[in-house]
Amino acid sequence: MKILSATRAALGLALLLLLSGCGEDPWNNPNPPSPEGQLVYQSVMSPAPPKHLDPAVSYASDENVFLSQIYESPMGYHFLKRPYELIPLGVEDRPVVTFLDEQGNEVAEEGDVAFSRYTLKVRPDARYQPHPSLAVDDSGDPLYLFDSASEGARFRSIPDFPQTGDRAVHANDYVYGIKRLADPELGSPMLGFMAQYIVGMKEFTAQLAEVPRDQWLNLDEYPMEGLEVVDEHTLTLTIYGRYPQFIYWLAMRFFSPIPPEVDRFYHNPGFIDRNLTLDWWPVGSGPFMMEKNDPNSEIVLVRNPNFREDYFPSEGGPGDLEAGNLVDAGKRLPLVDRAVFRLEKEVLPLWTKFLQGYYDRSGENHGNTNNVFDQAFTVGPDGVEMSGDVADHGINMDPDVKPGIYYYGFNMRDPVVGGYTEEKRKLRRALQIAFNVEEYLAIFYKGNGINAPSPIPPGIPGHLEGEAGINPLTHEWIDGGAARRSIDEARQLLVEAGYPNGRDERTGEPLKIFIDVQSQAVSNTTMNWMDRAFGQIGVQVEYRPADWNRTREKLLTGNTQIYSHGWLADYPDPENFLFLLFSPESPLICKCDGANNSNFEHAEYDELFRQVRVSPRGPERDAMVARMVEIYREEAVWLFAYYPKDIYLSNPWVSNTKRHGISKATLKYINIDDEMRQLKRAEWNQPITWPLFAGAVLMIGLVLPGITAYRRRQNATAKNTGSQ
Amino acid sequence: MLAYIIRRLFYAIPILIGVNLLTFTLFFVVNSPDDMAVSQLGEKYVTPEAIEKWKVKNGYDKPLFVNDEASGIDAITDTIFFNKSLRLFAFDFGRSESGRDITTDVSNRMWPSLAVALPTFAVGIGVNICVALMVVMFHGTKLDRWAVFVFVSLMSISYLFYIIGGQYLIAKTWKLVPVSGFHPDGQVWRFLILPVMVGVVAGIGSGARWYRTLFLEEANQDYVRTARAKGASEISILFNHILPNALIPILTGVVVLVPALFMGSLLIESFFGIPGLGSYMLDAIKSQDFAIVRSMVFIGSILYIVGLILTDISYTWADPRVRLS
Repeated sequence: MKILSATRAALGLALLLLLSGCGEDPWNNPNPPSPEGQLVYQSVMSPAPPKHLDPAVSYASDENVFLSQIYESPMGYHFLKRPYELIPLGVEDRPVVTFLDEQGNEVAEEGDVAFSRYTLKVRPDARYQPHPSLAVDDSGDPLYLFDSASEGARFRSIPDFPQTGDRAVHANDYVYGIKRLADPELGSPMLGFMAQYIVGMKEFTAQLAEVPRDQWLNLDEYPMEGLEVVDEHTLTLTIYGRYPQFIYWLAMRFFSPIPPEVDRFYHNPGFIDRNLTLDWWPVGSGPFMMEKNDPNSEIVLVRNPNFREDYFPSEGGPGDLEAGNLVDAGKRLPLVDRAVFRLEKEVLPLWTKFLQGYYDRSGENHGNTNNVFDQAFTVGPDGVEMSGDVADHGINMDPDVKPGIYYYGFNMRDPVVGGYTEEKRKLRRALQIAFNVEEYLAIFYKGNGINAPSPIPPGIPGHLEGEAGINPLTHEWIDGGAARRSIDEARQLLVEAGYPNGRDERTGEPLKIFIDVQSQAVSNTTMNWMDRAFGQIGVQVEYRPADWNRTREKLLTGNTQIYSHGWLADYPDPENFLFLLFSPESPLICKCDGANNSNFEHAEYDELFRQVRVSPRGPERDAMVARMVEIYREEAVWLFAYYPKDIYLSNPWVSNTKRHGISKATLKYINIDDEMRQLKRAEWNQPITWPLFAGAVLMIGLVLPGITAYRRRQNATAKNTGSQ
Repeated sequence: MLAYIIRRLFYAIPILIGVNLLTFTLFFVVNSPDDMAVSQLGEKYVTPEAIEKWKVKNGYDKPLFVNDEASGIDAITDTIFFNKSLRLFAFDFGRSESGRDITTDVSNRMWPSLAVALPTFAVGIGVNICVALMVVMFHGTKLDRWAVFVFVSLMSISYLFYIIGGQYLIAKTWKLVPVSGFHPDGQVWRFLILPVMVGVVAGIGSGARWYRTLFLEEANQDYVRTARAKGASEISILFNHILPNALIPILTGVVVLVPALFMGSLLIESFFGIPGLGSYMLDAIKSQDFAIVRSMVFIGSILYIVGLILTDISYTWADPRVRLS
């Protein structure tokens, strides 16, 4: 009986612990209590935690989710308007552009332009977040500058510093930030590209490379020809030639302001050994600031108390009013006080927590998105439908066609599928028709993609919808919709290309194409489907799986026939997509990691691209873009392409979730109905306790017979052998 | 004993060099310094100059093993292998390829790993030994045969099944505990219940079956028969006679694991969102961060060697006849 009592006591204690520890919260609540009176947004970070948070170094979109909330670059994007519209963010107005000749004299835009000068006026109300690097003593000297590592050893993270300070954003901070891009010590991914444009950047880098770097280097002491601080709130930036798209680069985080004091602070001796770096603890003037950076667990952003007056837009694009996207018009931003991004590596916990209401949204850029959606949707007779759980919870969908493109391209230098003769074009076109992209997307992506008739995705000028937008060489416009040309047409093209029934008419050998696939990206099912697709026209396929490193090597050496690749827009301009086929971008020509992996070379296309690159927007430019798309179709450069589509899910208490394909600076617009969230969470998370009691009974049921049998054995007399 | 330990520590040096050489070779068979540079710099607008600069900055601009351009000892010392390995032996792990201090990361991450691994280990051993002793007590009965069947069945089930099944049933369906997460500032135990339970249950099959075999071997010894003849109770026989005598093989398998508990569990940490060293290693492999990979392998090797030495020492405690020399 003592053992039984002990078991009961242990179970009772366990239950008591469980109940006492949970308080009023549901037992399964994984979130710690929110600070009193603060509206907290609960979200997920990418399964790969951010590696860099220094705006000069970071170039990953999942890092941008954080950086875009903390820093304000000179320009930004309107939250609601489509096509994407640039708006001033860190500056008062759009930059004023003046054009200069070789001698530095002002000339007209159409004139002999040698340089373009951008004049930027910094907002007077822009102010940095409170930060120890900006704390000063009574004499105005920085409070936290140390001569040795031991002096500052007690500070292990930014919240450990008792004093903070702040100040207004100055024009020089933007200049300092741009100079950091050119600092060879930092290894900015933008250095090579920007040095082609910003005057004096190459020379600046070369100069810094000669300077010994055993401590902080004040970049203010080294001038860069293309940068000038006119006054506290005005700067000029000069680039070579005419490059209208440069203004889009000003909307990227690389051009964020960095106060020299912050750079100096993070160069304190010993700080880097405790990960006290700008790469870990960003300092900006944006709507949020970083409170906690534990990428192994969670990243917490809190409202920047010094954020300038910024209001929710009062006008949007067509349909925004009806969709309720303007309900918060005129409200001061940001709308939430705190945003918590938790690391989730696996789908089941992420999906479970989202359905239990512990995540407000299904994730930003989550790598497992497609797997999550597998659970969220079913394919019914009317297309993709929400599954039961999702529909019952009132979850909202935010469909979004990304301004990007995924494609399988032909290597135009390949002896079989490459080349520019009519036969080769027909061969490629036959393969294009045989590959039914619409079916492929429906089966393998649950319709989360759109066949791409041109390299320019929706939302980018140059993309055309409807009949005008189809590729007439692979599709026809029938009954108000695009219909793929028939397999018979593909077979006929194959005959004309010299491969009747998929056999080389000269040798009789079957036509076999080789597709380089990235090992983890393509399943056996997909390959089987492709076998069948090309099998319809008698073409055989062989796959060459490899990891990304090996695939990259093949692309660099042109040792591929058909390869897969993708591109997401840096900025909403057709030039950012059409350069994928610009011949100087061919890795075989530039001897670099060029973007034109098809090694496409077309004199007319190249000439048009050069003009598009420097032309202002207008009908003339649109015509050139249209002609380039036409060339792409005529030459059949890519086997197939599609515009990826994402569907983001939000719980019913979240509003202002309209997706923005280019900008990530959208957290400040998110709003939460906290009352509804509390109610729903309580409703959805009532614990089911009977298994606890059933488990206890089962344990007793298992142990009790053992105890009984043991006692019986202990009390038994000598065994009766029956020999009496 | 001290001389023995010192000798064993010296033996560890060639082992560590060998492990390091193997890790280095395997890593660079799959990844080149150029691959690593591209991985760190991103895939857009990466120029050959940027790659070269990254390699110079991070010390990957030298030959891997032999520098043909250098003469004398420099041919060996002026290489990536020598430069990257030598620092490890001074326990200077340096920075990850993304610039973070590895020692700081390891010291932060080992606590969550231990928070999960220690209770799983301790409770697991306790449960396995108790279950095995109970089964031994009923050796030869139907209960024993059924128990072996259950053990083998439990062993046959994939570890992933326990994890996903536990999350689905206990956290998702019954809503009794959080499905994943870890908050050192809050009620940590709430996040540990499920992973510890999963770890213990998943280990019962193999653990209890192994202990049963050890105990059965002892149960047939003469001293057990003598104890029984003297009228000792079964409980006393099991815990006072069989268990101490079976300790040597138990210690062989168990003590070696103790230091390695710091290293965490890849699967448990990944599925339950535990920010420990197991997931640290996994992330490093995925992101081609060789600095972390080699440091973690080095630390793992040292801990394993320490575990082996501790095992030897524990023999002297478990069996006074054993002498280390």
